[in-house]
Amino acid sequence: MANVLVWVEHDNASVKDATLAAVTAAAALGDVTALVAGSGCDAAASAAAQIAGVSKVLKADDAAYANALAENVAPLISGLMAGYDAFVAPATSNGKNIAPRVAALLDVMQISDILSVEGPKTFTRPTYAGNAIATVESSDAKLVITVRGTAFAKAAATGGSASVEAAAGTGDAGLSSFVGAEIAKSERPELTSAKIIVSGGRALKDGDTFKATIFPLADKLGAAVGASRAAVDAGFVPNDYQVGQTGKIVAPEVYIAVGISGAIQHLAGMKDSKTIIAINKDEDAPIFQVADIGLVGDLFTVVPELVGKL
Amino acid sequence: MKILVPVKRVIDYNVKPRVKADGTGVDLANVKMSMNPFDEIAVEEAIRLKEKGVATEIVAVSVGPAKAQETLRTALAMGADRAILVQTEDEVEPLAVAKILKAIVEEETPGLVILGKQAIDDDSNQVGQMLAALTGRPQGTFASKVEVSGETVAVTREVDGGLETVSLKLPAIVTTDLRLNEPRYASLPNIMKAKSKPLATKAPSDFGVETAPRLKTLKVVEPPVRQAGIKVADVDALVAKLKELGVA
Repeated sequence: MANVLVWVEHDNASVKDATLAAVTAAAALGDVTALVAGSGCDAAASAAAQIAGVSKVLKADDAAYANALAENVAPLISGLMAGYDAFVAPATSNGKNIAPRVAALLDVMQISDILSVEGPKTFTRPTYAGNAIATVESSDAKLVITVRGTAFAKAAATGGSASVEAAAGTGDAGLSSFVGAEIAKSERPELTSAKIIVSGGRALKDGDTFKATIFPLADKLGAAVGASRAAVDAGFVPNDYQVGQTGKIVAPEVYIAVGISGAIQHLAGMKDSKTIIAINKDEDAPIFQVADIGLVGDLFTVVPELVGKL
Repeated sequence: MKILVPVKRVIDYNVKPRVKADGTGVDLANVKMSMNPFDEIAVEEAIRLKEKGVATEIVAVSVGPAKAQETLRTALAMGADRAILVQTEDEVEPLAVAKILKAIVEEETPGLVILGKQAIDDDSNQVGQMLAALTGRPQGTFASKVEVSGETVAVTREVDGGLETVSLKLPAIVTTDLRLNEPRYASLPNIMKAKSKPLATKAPSDFGVETAPRLKTLKVVEPPVRQAGIKVADVDALVAKLKELGVA
């Protein structure tokens, strides 16, 4: 049975949800050891020990790991990999930043963003923004994998009772330092992990109209706000709202597309949503070809009415 | 300071990729190809650093088929000074691309390598991080702001939920995200001028890099097609559906 090392996404106090999907993917490969690298991360290590399916937790507690700098963390992981057959990370910004650096140190070709585990070395993964699903088999001795969180069930966060062992750190590589973070203070959920997303398109006319129309609906539903590339290019909202091939790939429970025609680039970013709802005045808009529920109508009357009736 | 900008020739982002009927890959015959959008942003950033007087020379490099020359000419027309094509008709995986780039970094000794965070064909998001590992340099991935000052570069990164800034010792590797800049269009005179800028052609073997793939693609299929659902008549019916879904 393979020994699998899983990167735990955490804030030193608690474990982030994305870890749980990675644990599920890793458990399909073998015996799971969870790596908690951080600074003052006892609480996160204890939380990781409770994840169902984790048999051991390695805790690397060092100031050098406080902000998950790839330059410091990758040598730690590549050193630990002497005792493991696979390294699995959630495809979070940390996972995507660190895993390829580990892979190159191990001379392994990474398999990014897997959707399923088909065999000990065989996986499916999206290419061309999800327009082509490739089944790939690795010939490397060890595996380095990132996991698309929306493609795997979450392992139970409690129920496990793994032992926690300290791992020797490798210290600060002296190449980089953390300056600061500006984490959006929005009350709304984060786009890539939201259960519900309300997205607006070019039909929203301008930035003020976008905010006045889309935000109340999103807030009523507790939803994140997204936008089409057309709306972003027109300057209605900043780029980090963009859902699509060159923006964020999302797969919420419910995706509500308002005034979005459904260009290919946009569909590539949201077509794996569980339920798609489209509101558009053009009944021939391509968005209706992928929508589970469509409402043909003028969004400027429909959306306020909807907000009023929710 | 010299800046190296790796660029990739990929399917144009406006073209819908079609999976070949035999399941071996995506049909690229007679399909419009362009520079990877994230790499365009990388070229633009390098040019802006040159315009600010931070960079002195911009070298564009591509690992790809003979036609990747067109992509390099685009980079030259935008403002790169010279180009290197590492020509191969084989598909080269990110790890091998990173190894080739490492060899070029050793020859060219750039202060910064700026490249797209991922290519929109294989969506791997690996080359920059791998190059950083192989060269032992720091990495500023998913950059939305790049500020060089003295011996360091401050990179603001797009991370889950917001932004973070790291300070990297130069030389460093930076990968671009969408918000970094808006790439310029090459003007006609610059397109003409680009034709006479130097473009060297090499082979992976010149750098002693083995490009045999480590991953075997067993099959490529289209994702499950979504079926169009129902249309509801009015807002009341939509509210009822939202209640069924448990979101209202």
